[in-house]
Order: sequence, then C-alpha cells, then structure tokens
Amino acid sequence: MKVILHGTRGAYPTSTPANQKYGGDTPCIEVVHEDERLIIDAGTGIIGIDFDKYDPKKRLDILLTHLHMDHIQGLGFCKPLFDPNREIHIWGPGGSIYPLQTRLTRFLSPPLFPVILRDIPSQPKIHELGRSKIEIGSFKVSSAFIIHPGPTLGYRIACGGKTLTYIPDHEPMIGQLELYKEDQWISGFDLAFETDLLIHDSQYESDEYMKKIGWGHSSMQICSEFASRTKTGRLIFFHHDPAHDDDYRTKAFESFMAKNSFDFPIELAVQGKEIEV
Amino acid sequence: MSSRAIEIILSRQLADCLNVPVFLVDPKGNLMFYNAPAEGLLGRRFEETGEMPMEMWSTAFFPTDEDGNAVPPEQLPLVTSIQKHVPAHKTFWVKSFDGRSIQISVTAIPIIGRDQEFVGAIAIFWDNPIDI
Repeated sequence: MKVILHGTRGAYPTSTPANQKYGGDTPCIEVVHEDERLIIDAGTGIIGIDFDKYDPKKRLDILLTHLHMDHIQGLGFCKPLFDPNREIHIWGPGGSIYPLQTRLTRFLSPPLFPVILRDIPSQPKIHELGRSKIEIGSFKVSSAFIIHPGPTLGYRIACGGKTLTYIPDHEPMIGQLELYKEDQWISGFDLAFETDLLIHDSQYESDEYMKKIGWGHSSMQICSEFASRTKTGRLIFFHHDPAHDDDYRTKAFESFMAKNSFDFPIELAVQGKEIEV
Repeated sequence: MSSRAIEIILSRQLADCLNVPVFLVDPKGNLMFYNAPAEGLLGRRFEETGEMPMEMWSTAFFPTDEDGNAVPPEQLPLVTSIQKHVPAHKTFWVKSFDGRSIQISVTAIPIIGRDQEFVGAIAIFWDNPIDI
C-alpha cells in the first residue's frame, strides 16, 4: 500500500513562497494498492492528482472525513466528476439531521459553486458512514466519529497486511494537555491501535493550543501521546497551520523533538511525498 | 477493548469540568464514570473503583424518600432513563458518609448519539440546601 500526500495544509490553501516546503494545498491523500486507489478528503490537494494516468473505467471512491471547507474545497474541481461515464462514490459522515447529499449541496450549488451537485455529469453516488466497516476492492475501511466540531470521521484502511490511520482534524481532549489514562476513553483509539502509519492533526504547539481550545485541533504533544498510546508504527504530523511558514514550522518541530523522545519515527507531512506502508 | 462512543467520551469531558456530582452509565446501567464531586456521594474514588454495576452504585448512597423509606433502584431517575430512554427527575434523600441526611435532586437524560444509537445516560445531582 502506498500513500501519497496531495494536500497537507489546514484551514485554507496558501501559495506564498514561504509555505512551499510542506505544501500549501488543503487535505487530500491518495491510497494506492496495485491498480486500486482511494482518495481521502477533497481539499485543494485533490486538484493536483493526475487522474488521466489511471484507468477511467475504474470506479473512483472519495472518502470525506467531514465537510469543513478545507476538506471539500477541491471537490468541485475534481476532473472525474465531470465525466458522465465515470462511476464515482463519495463517502462521508452521517450523523446529522440533514442527509450528506443535502449538506454537500450547500457547497456544490449557487452562489458558492456554479453547478448543482445533482447536475454533475458523473452523478456521484453518496454514502453515509458512522461507526462503520466497509470494503472497497482490496481496501478494508473502518470509520468512527472522532472529536471535532460537527460530524467528523477518522478512517482506518487495511490492505495487504498493513494499516493506515487518517485523522486529520482531531481534538481528543478538549482543554487538557494529557489523554485519559484508560484507552477506551480516548477518541479515535480503535482506529489507530497498532496502525503502521498514522497521519494525524498536529496543528499547534502546546501553548498555542491553550488559546484555541475547542477549535477541534491537536498540539504536537497530544498528537504524539495519542500515537504512543495507540502503539503507532510511524507518525506523520499533518494539518499545518497556514499562518505558520516553513521556517516557523520547522523550528517548532525541531524544538519539540529535542525535548521529547518516542519509540517510533515522527516527521512533518510534505505535500507530494509518497510513503510506502 | 473498544473505545467508548464519542458522545460518552465528550460527556465525561463535560463531567470533569463540572462542580456538581455527575454519573455516566452505559445502556445496561453500569456506572462507567463519576466525577470528583460524585465521589462524595459514593464515598469512593473513581480511580480506585473503575466501573461499577448498577446493583452496587444504586444502593451505595442509601436513597430514601422523605419518610425514610428506601427508594428502590428502579425509581431512581438514572435507572428510568436507562430503561425507558426518557429524561427523568426526582428529589430524594441520601445519607452522606459523615452520617448527615441530605436532600438532593437528580436529573437524568438518555444519551442518543449521531448514529441514533442509545449509548447510555447521564445524571446530574443537585444538593438542596436542607440539612438535617
């Protein structure tokens, strides 16, 4: 299984030269196994995927964690959606009094977007998930609600004996700097338990987090503790704050790593990076 | 062991922030969590006891009516919320661990999550200012 990071930035896309090292596009990752693929999240990173090099007869599955703008902003510009011969499935969080189709249409309709979701040529099929287990080709997908404002899912993808966990937006303990000591009280624990690769929200430093309690994001500290508690094999710090340029982010990461040690590797997400799991 | 439902985890985080006793129970009535103010009612610390079955917690604080008759577990608001999935409220008396009788009011509500699944109930206790 290979994971390609197409968008790593949180909140909004940024194109300034000072933000190019880790990338300026908002969340989107691609999970590839032989000729099968999953797209997870449809931030502006999805626009950079070269869909032409893949078999257009194959169905395309797009999994959404939630509907905050940075995770769906690229959906309307995803080329295969406008191919009437393409079979497309969009999966996302249920858990609202409004169907997922209705919530997506709020964005994919005027005045925010010129084409209404129901008129998109591929006529994508919309599926709601909660605490679910589904199979998409060779991929075994588990989803569960995690703590973040509004219905928000984390995903665990198993394929070929390896697992990937993707929780890009997550505030496992609101206003606290440590997790509960009992594993079963930790949001998202099952999704990440003994996963080979964890891609997780790490937007803030600890002191910054205390000024942004309830915004739905993690500090590097709580993210690392989450990875440690879940016995993660490898951790990717994801969802970079667009207000932090590359130098700031690099220094914050190096400072954090100098003060802490973990028995698994940690690295900052870099847009365009391909990771073998 | 599976993670708790997100609604239950968030309820515990809320209970941790409150200065009134809070009980959190699962659909079978097992006491999954009680906060620090509730430790005064039970005379035990959550860190020491962990979860408690309904038979244990529902009798641990000796609830009685105003005539001193024991209130059976099935008449406690939290048990009503668990069994009928409805909000419930009741005022009764409990004996504190220093021997005082205290009138308390309890409000319990069922917790029904995003999946429309009944995942437990939460009870908040209010000490009424009548000590005997």
